[in-house]
Amino acid sequence: MSQDIYVLIEHIQGQISDISAILLAAGRQLTSIHNSKLVAILLGYQSQNLINRISADHVIYVDHPSLAEFNQDAYILTVSEIIKSKQPQIVLFGNTTIGSDIAGILSISLNIELASSCSHFTQEGKIVCQICGGKIMTEAIPSSSTTLVTMVPGGYKPESNQLNFNPEIENFAPPPLNDLRTKNIRLIQPGSTDVDISKEQILISVGRGIQTKDNLELAENLANALGGVVCASRPVVDQGWMPTSRLVGKSGKHVKPKIYIALGISGAPEHVEAITNSETIIAINTDPKAPIFDIATYGTETDLFDLIDILVEKVEDAKSG
Amino acid sequence: MKIIVIIKLVPDLVEELSINSDGVSLDSAWLRMIINEFDDHALEQAILLKERKPAQVIAISPDYDGVDEVLFTAIAKGADQVIKLKGDFSNSNNHALARGLTPLIQEIQPDLVLTGVQANNDQDGSLGPTLAACLNMPFIGYVSGVALEENSVLLKKEYPGGVLSEIIVTIPVVLGIQAAEKPPRYVAVSKVRQIMKTSTIEEKQVSELNNNGGVKITRMFQPETNSHAEMITGNPEEVADKLLSIFKDIGVLK
Amino acid sequence: MPERVDFWGIPETWGSPALFVYTIMFLGAAILLFRFYLRARLWWKVGRNDFHFNNPLKRIYRLLEYAILQTKILSQRYPGIMHISIAGSFFIFLIGTSLATIDSHFYKILVGTPYLIHKLVMDIFIIVFFFGAGLAILRRFFQKPERLTYSKGFTWSLMLLVLIVFGGLLTESLRLAVEKPAWAWWSPIGWLGAKLWIATGASPSVLLNWHFAIWTFHLLIVALAIITLPVSTLFHILTGPINIFFSNPDRKPGELSTIPENSENEPIYANSITNLSSFQLLNADSCTECGRCQEVCPAYASGTVLNPKKVILNIREAMNNFKSGLDQKNRMLIGDWIPEPMLWSCTTCMACVQECPILINHVDTIVDMRRSLVIEGKMDGELQTVLENIGRYGNSFGQSDRMRARWSQNITPKIKDARREQVEYLWFIGDYASYSPALSDITLMTAEVFSKIGLDFGILYDSERNSGNDIRRIGEEGLFEMLKEKNMASFEKSAFKTIITTDPHSYNTLKNEYSLDLRFQLLHYSELFDKLISSGKLKFNKKLNQNVTYHDPCYLGRYNEIYSAPRRVIMATGCNLIEMPRHANRSFCCGAGGGRIWMSEGDIKERPSEIRIREAVNLKDVSKFIVACPKDVTMFRDAVKTTGNEEKIVVKDLIELVYEVI
Repeated sequence: MSQDIYVLIEHIQGQISDISAILLAAGRQLTSIHNSKLVAILLGYQSQNLINRISADHVIYVDHPSLAEFNQDAYILTVSEIIKSKQPQIVLFGNTTIGSDIAGILSISLNIELASSCSHFTQEGKIVCQICGGKIMTEAIPSSSTTLVTMVPGGYKPESNQLNFNPEIENFAPPPLNDLRTKNIRLIQPGSTDVDISKEQILISVGRGIQTKDNLELAENLANALGGVVCASRPVVDQGWMPTSRLVGKSGKHVKPKIYIALGISGAPEHVEAITNSETIIAINTDPKAPIFDIATYGTETDLFDLIDILVEKVEDAKSG
Repeated sequence: MKIIVIIKLVPDLVEELSINSDGVSLDSAWLRMIINEFDDHALEQAILLKERKPAQVIAISPDYDGVDEVLFTAIAKGADQVIKLKGDFSNSNNHALARGLTPLIQEIQPDLVLTGVQANNDQDGSLGPTLAACLNMPFIGYVSGVALEENSVLLKKEYPGGVLSEIIVTIPVVLGIQAAEKPPRYVAVSKVRQIMKTSTIEEKQVSELNNNGGVKITRMFQPETNSHAEMITGNPEEVADKLLSIFKDIGVLK
Repeated sequence: MPERVDFWGIPETWGSPALFVYTIMFLGAAILLFRFYLRARLWWKVGRNDFHFNNPLKRIYRLLEYAILQTKILSQRYPGIMHISIAGSFFIFLIGTSLATIDSHFYKILVGTPYLIHKLVMDIFIIVFFFGAGLAILRRFFQKPERLTYSKGFTWSLMLLVLIVFGGLLTESLRLAVEKPAWAWWSPIGWLGAKLWIATGASPSVLLNWHFAIWTFHLLIVALAIITLPVSTLFHILTGPINIFFSNPDRKPGELSTIPENSENEPIYANSITNLSSFQLLNADSCTECGRCQEVCPAYASGTVLNPKKVILNIREAMNNFKSGLDQKNRMLIGDWIPEPMLWSCTTCMACVQECPILINHVDTIVDMRRSLVIEGKMDGELQTVLENIGRYGNSFGQSDRMRARWSQNITPKIKDARREQVEYLWFIGDYASYSPALSDITLMTAEVFSKIGLDFGILYDSERNSGNDIRRIGEEGLFEMLKEKNMASFEKSAFKTIITTDPHSYNTLKNEYSLDLRFQLLHYSELFDKLISSGKLKFNKKLNQNVTYHDPCYLGRYNEIYSAPRRVIMATGCNLIEMPRHANRSFCCGAGGGRIWMSEGDIKERPSEIRIREAVNLKDVSKFIVACPKDVTMFRDAVKTTGNEEKIVVKDLIELVYEVI
């Protein structure tokens, strides 16, 4: 078994997703332990242009029409072959709609260990994971054979690994990819006549704590006062109170505003991973133990129902006065 | 058409969580176990499918304190059959559960196996993919729309940014449900109580619980948050004033 | 000698007038009864038959009070006087005609002075009738209050009555014009009319002909009124009293009925006309469309789609449709006839029930229909979340049951745990007072006051659950049962004499639906203070010399008739109590009841709490708005802010007044 650290690059519609950079940053840290190589696995179809955006020592590139976009069976068969032939120490996946779909399957079929929701690694290479909505952390040691790890954002900055954009390229022949049980038909873009919150600078976000649809008015008032836009976490969108275009989170948009005001949001990891790039986060939540306070810049336990109206008034006064 | 729904119970995060004396697991004394909300969505999706085309919905749960009520509620919502997998699951991971469920599921020969896309206490990946591999079925996760065709399933898989991928997959298949097409329905308490009197939960003993595939946990702890928000205190007036000055400092307010 | 003459002036050319009159009247009565039966049988054929006859004496007493004396109608002055003038005069006319019949066939009583008095009384009531009719015409055609229904049917009924009485008056005046008896002034109006006839110079034979014609007209119009009664707006003459009779006299307002069951012990839900009870269908038929319920309904006033009058009348429409088989489209009772939002907008304040002159119970029917929605899971996501939270954690806030007594963690000495040690008073706190951060100071103050006055009290800590009052009124019977079981189990395991509560909602269900009565005493804290003050055990050191007003909580006032105890406590603190126009049993609901506090408001003009605050602010120099319910505190504090009245009035719980003076 080699000591190399492998990373599965995630891309969609020709764009490498942010999680890949985080995986590479984590991988880079791990390679320094045994002085091993950081290898990126890139599966695609005529996607060679992406290779120069990958900061790794070595890129294993597999080209096949069935790999144009993410396809479960195609990815599993291909990555399986790569792991079997290369026997890396650790393979990093995103804890995402791509990575999570295949890591567990590989674990069983290749009989290797899997750790999920890893946020970072210790100096010695121990795997640190978060569970129970971020309230509990675990530390684990990788196995003696290949270990698979799915990672969540938060432990590494995507920009922190900016060393080498000229990796060695290895063209890897794909296994037979004909009889695939899953077939991609098409990608549906979100109906986007709405604002693109990922480009907004001032965001007022609402979570479960808003309690009823009527209370969205409070957020709207604040947004109007500050010249911002209202967005929401999953529970609010699931109820139908806000459209999916306003969803901030793992399955929604990742945002990077100047200011992110979170009203009644607890701070579940799926939401937090999408807002860590905000410049300033202000969290308003009556639960002092809410995980959001761990990543917010400022916080207050004041009840939003007591606070927002007064705040809006003061902002309006400040603007006119 | 047979649809199996796997329902796990997970720790209720409303309660305070504490670590066991062994240092590597949760203290079960104060733990309240509730239905994994994604599994609730999976059940709802199964019932919705059944409402559109005749199907048999079978819900299976590993044995935990409080599982009976969850399974009776499943019947009240429309499940045709519920099975409790008996065994001591207090120290088992998803790999063990997947292996434990496999013989039972193979016996039933379902067309679809639905389960939640994740659970808050997953440590070795979520149940869905692991189970799919044991059953040698394809797996699609982050599913938020399911339509049954003749011998395949047409579904919508969620990608970041609100992008959806339309995928067709052969039957049988395991799906990890992110969200059902409608929020899980409400069942009146009296209905569940009625079901408790008239229905039964089948029990199947799990043969063995093999945790292989999960990494070895050396320590479980509550996060020492090295960063924390600067808390603003005072009455609403005072807090609003401070926030206003923060807005000015950042430059959000001229 | 003045005496009554049978069929004076009616020729016998076509036979005996008696024969005609009695034939027509009996035929009329028969048709009336038949048509009445055709309609009435729907109540038990279409609906579930559940007419009861328990406590018949009290039912008859209520009949006298509400149908004859019409005390509820009289609660509003103008329409009260108007109606009693019309109805009362017809009672008198009925008596008068009955006396005439007795006189005709049995015993000649209408002779001499009795006869003259009879004539006088009848004439006086003709004036009374026209006075009432005049008020009615003014009301219906000029004032046009919003709450009435303006349809041809009502105009027709009024006209019919006027024609009947006028016909009678004309007949009498024509007779007097011909007879010119010495005692003519005993019929003052008739005689005045007679003078007009005489003044025309018509000959007696002409007058006689007119007399015959108008007498016939009068007879036929009365017959017409009788046979059209079951399909006219006058039907309430029969259905009103019947409704009053069948309204359960033993019913406690605060106690909902259990869900009815069929012969196989399966529950029956009010999701179709056929599943409503016969009393509910009778309610729908007897509604006089007076609209008093609509006028006092807070949901209606704030602009929701709910109109209690419409709920009842839509059931009537549904019944009509059902009966005639015309309903091809198979319209649903709930959804088509009564849209679901209508049902969810009700705050269950019972102002409508309080006002209804014929004792229709709108809230019962609304709750019944909600029950059928809940069993089918048809409710908004917010309500679903609340019910799931209450089921899982025993409170509507979604917080752990273990946190229920966290508000008390800093109190020393620790409040007694009623589960472990014997106490005299068990303080049942309720969700809002326990979990709402905004209310924790009032809860702490209450604990402090109890300690200061030396009460031996304890709480159930995390064994207390939501009492279930509002859950029951949302329609989740099963969840209510579960909460009741858990609370009762805690009560059984604890040792105490009296339960005191600061929450009227909990008070209502504990008192009326928990079957506690025989074992424990239950008091609202205002009742307790009132007792202590009046027995001298509690004395106040200071006197607050402030003008305050008091808002009667629905569940304390209308539901349980506790009006004076809180008032005595307020006055004992030295405050000067100034009543709002709508006070005591007319109090205007804050809008939180019936689960409304957990639901979206929807598109409304103005919140009920805001309407109420404006009412209070209109009082001169009142600076404090006193409440005795945690939901009231929440709603009204908000409303003071949203109506911009923070400078003018402040909301205080009764305990805060007491706190200032002990």
